[in-house]
Amino acid sequence: MPQFNEPSPLEVKILTKRFQLPNSASIDTYLATDGYKAFLKAREMTPEQIVEEVKVSTLRGRGGAGFPTGMKWSFVPRNSPKPKYVICNADEGEPGTCKDRLLMEFDPHQLIEGMMIAGLAVDAHKGYIYIRGEYRYLIEIMDKAIAEAYARGWLGKNIQGTGFDFDCYTHTGAGSYECGEETALLESLEGKRGVPRLKPPFPAVSGAFQSPTILNNVETYAAVPAIIRDGGAAFAALGTPKNGGTRLFCLSGHLNKPGVYELPMGFNLLRMINEVGGGVRNGKKLKAVIPGGSSCPVLRADECDIPMDYDSLAKAKSMAGSGGVIILDEDTCMVRAAMRLMKFYQHESCGWCVPCREGTTWLKKILVRFHDGRGERQDIDMIGELSKSILGRTFCPLGDAAAMPTIAFVEKFRDEFEAHLNGKCPYGQH
Amino acid sequence: MADLVTLTIDGRTVKAAPGTLVIDAAKQNGIEIPSFCYYEGLSLQAACRMCLVEIEKAPKLMVGCTTPVAEGMVVRTDSPAVRTARKMTLEFLLTNHPLDCPVCDKGGECELQDMVFRYGAGESRFAEMKHHVDEKQWSPVVFYDGPRCILCYRCVRVCNEGMGVGALGITNRGVTAEIAPNKGDHLECDECGACIDICPVGALTSGTYRYKTRPWEMEYDATICGHCSNGCKTTLGVRNGQIIRANNRDKSGVNGEFLCIKGRYGFDFVHSEERLQSPLKRVGDKFEEISWAEALATVAGKFKAIKERGGKFGVIGSNQTTNEENFYLRKFVREGLGAPNIDHRRTGDVGALLQALGGKQGALATVGDLYLTKAALVIGSDLSQQHPLLAYQLRANKRHHNAHLYVVAPGAVREDQYAFKSVRAAAGGELAALEGLRDSLKAEADLTILFGDSLQGEAVGKLVAFADSLGIPVKYVPLVDYSNSRGAFDMGVGPAEGGLDYNGIVSATDLDAVWVVGENPLKDKALGSTGAFVVVQDLFLTETAKRADIVLPSASAYEKNGTVTSVTGEVQKLKSGAKVMGAKPDLEIIGLIGKEMGLNLGLIWKSDKVFEEIRKTVKGYDLPLPILTTGGAAQASAAEVMSSEQRAASIQSSRDTLFTSGTLGRYSKMLQSVMESPGGLYRG
Amino acid sequence: MLLYAQDEVGQVTEELIAEVASRCGVTPLQVDEVVGYYTMLHRKPLGKFHIQVCTNIACMITGGQELYEHVCKKLGVGNRGITEDGLFSVEEVECMGSCSWAPAVQVNYDFHHYMTPEKLDALIDAIRQTRKAQ
Repeated sequence: MPQFNEPSPLEVKILTKRFQLPNSASIDTYLATDGYKAFLKAREMTPEQIVEEVKVSTLRGRGGAGFPTGMKWSFVPRNSPKPKYVICNADEGEPGTCKDRLLMEFDPHQLIEGMMIAGLAVDAHKGYIYIRGEYRYLIEIMDKAIAEAYARGWLGKNIQGTGFDFDCYTHTGAGSYECGEETALLESLEGKRGVPRLKPPFPAVSGAFQSPTILNNVETYAAVPAIIRDGGAAFAALGTPKNGGTRLFCLSGHLNKPGVYELPMGFNLLRMINEVGGGVRNGKKLKAVIPGGSSCPVLRADECDIPMDYDSLAKAKSMAGSGGVIILDEDTCMVRAAMRLMKFYQHESCGWCVPCREGTTWLKKILVRFHDGRGERQDIDMIGELSKSILGRTFCPLGDAAAMPTIAFVEKFRDEFEAHLNGKCPYGQH
Repeated sequence: MADLVTLTIDGRTVKAAPGTLVIDAAKQNGIEIPSFCYYEGLSLQAACRMCLVEIEKAPKLMVGCTTPVAEGMVVRTDSPAVRTARKMTLEFLLTNHPLDCPVCDKGGECELQDMVFRYGAGESRFAEMKHHVDEKQWSPVVFYDGPRCILCYRCVRVCNEGMGVGALGITNRGVTAEIAPNKGDHLECDECGACIDICPVGALTSGTYRYKTRPWEMEYDATICGHCSNGCKTTLGVRNGQIIRANNRDKSGVNGEFLCIKGRYGFDFVHSEERLQSPLKRVGDKFEEISWAEALATVAGKFKAIKERGGKFGVIGSNQTTNEENFYLRKFVREGLGAPNIDHRRTGDVGALLQALGGKQGALATVGDLYLTKAALVIGSDLSQQHPLLAYQLRANKRHHNAHLYVVAPGAVREDQYAFKSVRAAAGGELAALEGLRDSLKAEADLTILFGDSLQGEAVGKLVAFADSLGIPVKYVPLVDYSNSRGAFDMGVGPAEGGLDYNGIVSATDLDAVWVVGENPLKDKALGSTGAFVVVQDLFLTETAKRADIVLPSASAYEKNGTVTSVTGEVQKLKSGAKVMGAKPDLEIIGLIGKEMGLNLGLIWKSDKVFEEIRKTVKGYDLPLPILTTGGAAQASAAEVMSSEQRAASIQSSRDTLFTSGTLGRYSKMLQSVMESPGGLYRG
Repeated sequence: MLLYAQDEVGQVTEELIAEVASRCGVTPLQVDEVVGYYTMLHRKPLGKFHIQVCTNIACMITGGQELYEHVCKKLGVGNRGITEDGLFSVEEVECMGSCSWAPAVQVNYDFHHYMTPEKLDALIDAIRQTRKAQ
């Protein structure tokens, strides 16, 4: 069993409240701690009431895009004759993000319950959890939890005599970041290449197996039981306006105490670094933060006094993304960071559309050359310009995800790019 | 029809049907939105990003090929943002594209070249190593050069959707993604070459054409394929009288851009080393080359003598010569020689169908109808092998309109894969099997029936009675084998009352002269009349020609003008392109024999004069000349009255596959080199 | 399905593709397209113990790159290389969701967090010991 960080006293534990309990993943622990009560409550509500409650909670997608969850659910056509699907995106792959793992490992039933409530809300009776291939042990944990739920009558036909049927399955990925994109995930779920689909139709109308589908991140579903149990308003009140609840922030990089911490939305980033994460390690100074996973434009140290919610970060021209907060100290070479991220996006580009396929490849080659000290002055502008030529022109958001941080690296740390022009990395990081 | 949507494109107010894509709406109004991956009729990709346009109120550039028009939409296709985006997309495309245009087959007609010329940058800033992989040969026909590939997926889609073969896929991902053949390192497919023609760049090239010429060195002649009966237009690329390639990129003709291997690559028989280029005269066991003058004089002299002493002639016309040649031959034999024994090889019972229809007009389907019919019934034919265009039309109909296809066949056929209902019935059992489909068929809005040679005579009558009993509009396609099988029938190349038919002519023992024009009746039989004077007009020294006393080298369909009638009765013009020294068109040969004999048939042997006569005298052939002369197809209406010569005693299809073509096929090296066993692609 | 099949066979072979194709009712080409797409599907054999070192950003800045170089050197193989005895193979991989406990290494499906060259050496040596004992 891998080792994880210790919790912080500053945490507000809603989704992670069972994490420290012994046998937290077992159905007995779950049932003993309000487990599946939200489902029973939701069963007494109309689908409209459930969706309304989620809307009130101002829960927004925790996968990266931050789309309001209640609204997403309301797009599913109610009178479609086709079966509907509830799909959980557990393809956690955004560099900097490692929270869904914990939610599945320590509280799998919370996820199942969240999906069941989603099923009630959109009249779906089948759920799939798409788990990235590397998380094999989590598939085993989820399968075990699902089996327990079936055995105890919390999944299957006529759940607890409520007349509601719900089946739940796991599905494994096989190594592809792109499968975190919702339509690529659906393709992969159907056993094909993880290449995104044309939208429209959106998954809410025609998703898995050409049927109406709702697709959410693990953390999004995991928040649903608490919202139904304690009310949407209570959840919303934990965070900032329109940015309700708590979220799992994954602090990584140059910290004394990196780790995954559940904090209210809008928690100040500097406090997060210094008080939750124990400050920058080795007494170094903070240089920059990537605030929401690798696709989010980097913040300079002077931009870090900021509430960590969707709207505040958007105002700062970055994004809350998937909750991955990567802390970079003063010794970090930003050219190297930009280069490494572009390598990643180039590796994960599915190859479908031209700007992403060719653009990321070109940028990677320039950045590698540049970091090796063989850069030229005009390359700096070109890196920015090529990135802007990818931005907004690709088939799916992967192109944007590659372009946005690169543009920010060049704009905010142009001096570091210039410092590489004399043939070597000023940080000695080759 | 729903109300039209009004929108503005580049400042112009235009109207388009709801659901029209922006790219199409622009095109309809003469505004080009460039694209690589968008291809009319194939599924949408939105992969190349060339068609990005500015749409007011949209936060970013939108994809013209997947965005439908909307009321009040304001589209800009030539704004600075759009121009920059196109320029960048092209610059991206060129990063890994080898700039080997000077030696690339596609040079001069490459869509990437054209796009860069029109929309691209004059210089490249790419200074890195290009991604390279070696070129691969996938079959005698298909070569793939990965680095040139821009991954527009046209080839994958045309193979899968258009051909129903699915032999191409995509492997790897990102910049290493490439097209992959179905058998690992090679292809097992129809070898139709659709993937090659549809490729916008030089990634897919053909074994027949590669490195032979530059496109601007050729002249182009659009003519009708000389192989099967489907009447596909094929545009010959000709240099110095030599056909270098054939395709139909301008989508003219009934076939649009469709061609099978025979139409694209099967032209090479024209320039076969075995082509006859001089008349031959039998001397003992051997042939000696003689001059045309001597050959014509010999034949005319013999014919005249036999005619004068009341000797018997047996004449066989051809399924592959033109209407004019068959018409003229019939006239020559009936009026000039006064002989009743003339026929051609029958491969489908058109006569029985026309008789059963009793002069009913509009009951014969066109190739275009097959794309629009709500339901189709195929009886006793392996359609995708024997009638590839007809099968292609039905596939497209299924894909675009979800047409119902019914199949009654003795064994598995490719149509099974997308058939609404498919039943197995041995020859003779078809009509019984139809009863099982009666209820489904009755429920269809209309129906087109295609039937092969297993239904003949009375059975065809019963089929029509069955169709009449369904109570829905029904059209028919009586399937026949060759490029002018239908025309030979329509021109009345059949025996007069009491005359010998095809088999009769071959087996008769008392004929004094046997004249075979473009047919090979002695392929596996000996001529009964051992003492007959035999004249054969052919391209090759076939089994029949070897039996001849005089062999006259004739020109192929690609070397002459005239008209042919396709399996659906659609008449189209041939246009001569290739030149082969020494050979003459059959019409000219027949005419010159007549001239030597001193016959006056009242008609000169010029194809347009003969066609004028056909229009006047052959029922159903009073066709509009403007359509034909501009390269269009006009359907001959069904003959009203059946005369005895049109009835047939024996009918048999030769069941050619995609890789055979009667006697012609063996002279095409390309067809010979394709090793695939026909039908090997059928799944399950 | 392919991933589980690969776990059993050790690599994706032609026979495996044909088998999966027939079970799923698709053409081998369609399966082949899928194999080419996913990085966890390998056409070449891997070591008994496949060591995957993350060098993505969070791991890179905490020593992942050095870890990767270290293990390559120790085992004498390059990326996706396999040791002569077939026991180990090494792969540089993208983010595996262990950023907060970086740098991370995955050996087959087991995660190892807070990794250092010393700890990795110990891990490799322990595997060798156990194999020898068997």
